[in-house]
Amino acid sequence: MDEGLRNELSKQGVFTTTLQELYNWGRRSSVWPLNFGLACCAIEMIAASMARFDIARFGAEVFRPSPRQADLMIVAGTVTKKMAPLVVRLFNQMPEPKYVIAMGACAISGGPFKQGYNVLKGIDRYVPVDIHIPGCPPRPEALLHALLKLQEKIAAQPLTGEHRPRHLSPDVPGEFPVPAYGPYDLQPAKNDDVWRPALVVRTDAG
Amino acid sequence: MEALDPLLTRLRAALPEAQVAIELNPAVPAQSSLVVDRDQAVTVARWLRDDPQLRLDYCSNVTGVDWLETTSTEKVRVRRVVDGAEQEVEESVERRQPGYLEVVYHLYSMALGHGPLVLRQRTRNRVDDTRVASLTPVWRSAEFQEREVFDLFGVRFAGHPDLRRILMWEEFEDYPMRKDYVEPDDYEHEPTPHDAVLVKARRH
Amino acid sequence: MSEAGRPPLPPEDLMGALSTGDLVPEPLASDVPLPPPQPEARYEARPKGRWAEDGEGELLEVSVGPHHPSTHGVFRMDVVLEGERVVRLKPVCGYLHRNHEKIGEGTSYLGSIPYTDRLDYFCSLTNNWAYVLTVEKLAGLQVPERAEYIRVLTAELTRVLNHLCLVGFLVHDMGAMGTPLMYAFREREKLLDLFEALTGSRMMCNYFRFGGCRCDLPPGWLEGVQRFVDEFPRFLDEYERLLNENEILLVRSQGIGVLTPELAINAGVTGPMLRASGVNYDVRKVDRYGVYGRFAFRVPLGEHGDTFDRYMIRLLEMRESHRILGQALRELPAGPILDPKAKLRGFRPRAGEAYGRIEAPKGELGFYLISDGKPNPYRYRVRPPSFVNLTILEDLCLGHTLADAVVILGSVDIVMGEVDR
Repeated sequence: MDEGLRNELSKQGVFTTTLQELYNWGRRSSVWPLNFGLACCAIEMIAASMARFDIARFGAEVFRPSPRQADLMIVAGTVTKKMAPLVVRLFNQMPEPKYVIAMGACAISGGPFKQGYNVLKGIDRYVPVDIHIPGCPPRPEALLHALLKLQEKIAAQPLTGEHRPRHLSPDVPGEFPVPAYGPYDLQPAKNDDVWRPALVVRTDAG
Repeated sequence: MEALDPLLTRLRAALPEAQVAIELNPAVPAQSSLVVDRDQAVTVARWLRDDPQLRLDYCSNVTGVDWLETTSTEKVRVRRVVDGAEQEVEESVERRQPGYLEVVYHLYSMALGHGPLVLRQRTRNRVDDTRVASLTPVWRSAEFQEREVFDLFGVRFAGHPDLRRILMWEEFEDYPMRKDYVEPDDYEHEPTPHDAVLVKARRH
Repeated sequence: MSEAGRPPLPPEDLMGALSTGDLVPEPLASDVPLPPPQPEARYEARPKGRWAEDGEGELLEVSVGPHHPSTHGVFRMDVVLEGERVVRLKPVCGYLHRNHEKIGEGTSYLGSIPYTDRLDYFCSLTNNWAYVLTVEKLAGLQVPERAEYIRVLTAELTRVLNHLCLVGFLVHDMGAMGTPLMYAFREREKLLDLFEALTGSRMMCNYFRFGGCRCDLPPGWLEGVQRFVDEFPRFLDEYERLLNENEILLVRSQGIGVLTPELAINAGVTGPMLRASGVNYDVRKVDRYGVYGRFAFRVPLGEHGDTFDRYMIRLLEMRESHRILGQALRELPAGPILDPKAKLRGFRPRAGEAYGRIEAPKGELGFYLISDGKPNPYRYRVRPPSFVNLTILEDLCLGHTLADAVVILGSVDIVMGEVDR
C-alpha cells in the first residue's frame, strides 16, 4: 500500500494495515521466552526480568517453564556436551514459530571455556540461532537489545514467497536431530544441515 | 596441631602394621603430608579421626593427581629447574617410578579447630591397578569427591558405596583429567591462532 | 508423569481429544486407509517417568531436571516417589561441567583468575580471594594492609549479595513468585553498581591479584558503600517483617529437612548450612585469614538444623556482614594496594603444593595447587562448597514430599557453576 495514502488515511482516523503486518505485530509483541538458564548468563537474564530492566516493557516477561508454551529459547550460558542433547530436545519440543537467542560468548562459540573437553563450541552447531549477543555475561540491556532485534526480524518476515519463515513452509523441518552421547564425544559432533565450519584457506606465509 | 614426626611415632605405636611415610613439601607453606598404603588406609583414617589428640572429623578436600611416567621431555624440565633454583626438586625421586595416580585428602578438625593434615594414597600404576581404598566409610564428605576422582582420573575406590561417573555422562570412556588425555578433534577456525591452537590449526 | 507407561498419543488424536465436548470424530471415507499410528515418530523424548520395577506399581521414578525451574540451574534429581513422598533421591550433576580444572592446568597462574569468577557466579570476588590466597600461600607473598581491607569490604558485600539472592530464590521456590525476589534483586543492583564502579564488570569482577588488588578504589566509591551500609538495615528490617512470620514460610520450612550436627560434620557440610545445625565453625574465625581477626562480629548458630534455621542464618549473617562493613569502612588505611615483590607476568612459584581456603558465602571454598616450577600449575583443584554440601541432599529429603525436596534444595544454596565447575 502506498505510504502517502496510508498517512493521509491515518490523519483522517482510518487505520489500514496488511495481514502480514498485523500477524507479525501480534507475534513480535508477545514473545514468551522459555524459562531456561544454563549458567552465569541466566542470572543476567533474571536480572533483565526484574524491576530495574523490566523486560515486561517489551512483552517478553512471561517466562514459561514448559517448552510447549514458549516462543523463544534464550540459550543463556555454557552449553556443555552433556547438556547439548537436552537443549536440542527442548528446542524440538517448542511449537513453531520459534526463535533462538544465543546469549553470551559461551553459547555463541564456547567462549572462555572453548578449549574444554566437555564444552560445546557454540549451540549453532545443532540448532539455528537467530540472534547472537556477545559478552561474558552480556548486560541485561544487551538482552533487551537482542529482543528488539528479534522483534525487528519477526516484523520483517514475509508470510508468502520464497523467504517465508520455517513454520510456514510445510517441507522445512522444525525439528533437529538430537545428538547422542558417544564414548568420546557427541555423535554427531555437529549438524551439517545447520552449521558448517567456515572455509578457511590458510597459508603458512602469514 | 602436633607436628608430623611425633604424630607418625604415635601412629606407628598404635597401628604397628601400617605403612605410613612422610612426604615433604618444599614450597613456602611446607605443608608436608602422610603417604599411606592403600591396604591400611581405612584403619589409619579411622585412627586419625578417633584419636583424642587429633580428632580429624572433617575431610575437606579430596582430589586426584596424575603423575606421569618418566619421559624425555620431562627430563628437559628437570635440568632447567636445577639450573635456576637451588634446591632439590621432589619429582626427581618420583621419576624413577612408572607413573601413578594419587588421591589427596585434606583433613581438619572441627572439634579442635586445627588442621590441615594431608593424607595421600597412591595406586600401583596408571593402567590396570588403579585401586585405592575408599575413605567414604570414614568421612561421608568423600563420597561425591571420590566419585569425581573416579570420573576424571579413573581411580577405582574399593569400598565406595556408589562408584559411578558423576560429571561426565555414563557412556563416556576416557578419563579427561589425566595428563595424557587427548580431547576429540573439533577444531574451529580462529582468526588469530597461537600456541597449541596454532598447531591444531596447521593440521586442518 | 501420570501418563507413564502409556505411549503418547499421536498428534491427530491429541487434537481430537482437545476439541469441544462429545463430538464424534469426523468419519473417514472408507476407501482412505487410516494413517498408521506413529507413537514416537514425532518426539524421540520418551516420558521420563516410569514405574520402578521392585515396587509392583507402588513407586514412581521421576527425573526432576536438568531443565526445571526450581533446580537452580541445570541440576537433576532422580527421585523415586511413593505417592508424593520421596523414598530415594540421587543427585545427577555435570550438566555444567566446563572443565575449569583442566583449563586451569593449561593456563598461567594469572590467567586462571577470570575463570574463578565463573565458578560461583554470584560471588566472583570471594572466588578470586580463595584463589589468590592459595597462590600467595604457595609463593609466600604478603598483602598490603589497604588491600586486605578492600578484600574484606568486597567479600562482605559479596556475601550480602549472595544471601539476598539465595533468600529470594528460596522463597520463590516456596511459591512467593515475584515480590521477595524482586526486592532482593533491587538491592543486588545497588551492589552490582558498586562492583561495576570498582572493577568495570557487574558480575565477573576479576579484581584481586597475587599480593593485592588490581586497582585502587575509584573516587566516591567509599561513599557509595557507606550509603549502602546506611540504607541496608532498613531494607533488611522490611524484608524480615515481610517474610519472617509468614505462615506459609513457617509451615513450609520448620521441621523440614533436619540436618543433625554429627552428619553435617561427617559429610563435610560447611558454611551457613553447617552453622544452621549448630556447629560453630566459620573459617573466618578459625583461620583468621586476611584481617578478619581485627573485626568484631558474631557467628550465628542454628538450633534445629531445619530449613527455617538455614533461612534465618542467612538473614543473621547479613547483619553481621553489615557490622564488618561498618568497621572496615571506618578503619580502612591508606597505602599501597599491591605487594611490590609480586610478579604478575612470568610468575613461577617454587615447586610444591598449597591448600588455601576461605569462608565463601556458600561454605568453605578451597583451592589446591601443585606447582612444578612452571608458569602453569601442575594440578589445579577447586574444593567447591556447594558440591560437597549436596552429599547429604538425599538424607535431608527422605520422607518429605517432592515439593519439600525443592525447598530443601533451595536452602542448600547450590550454584551449578561451582558444583560442576
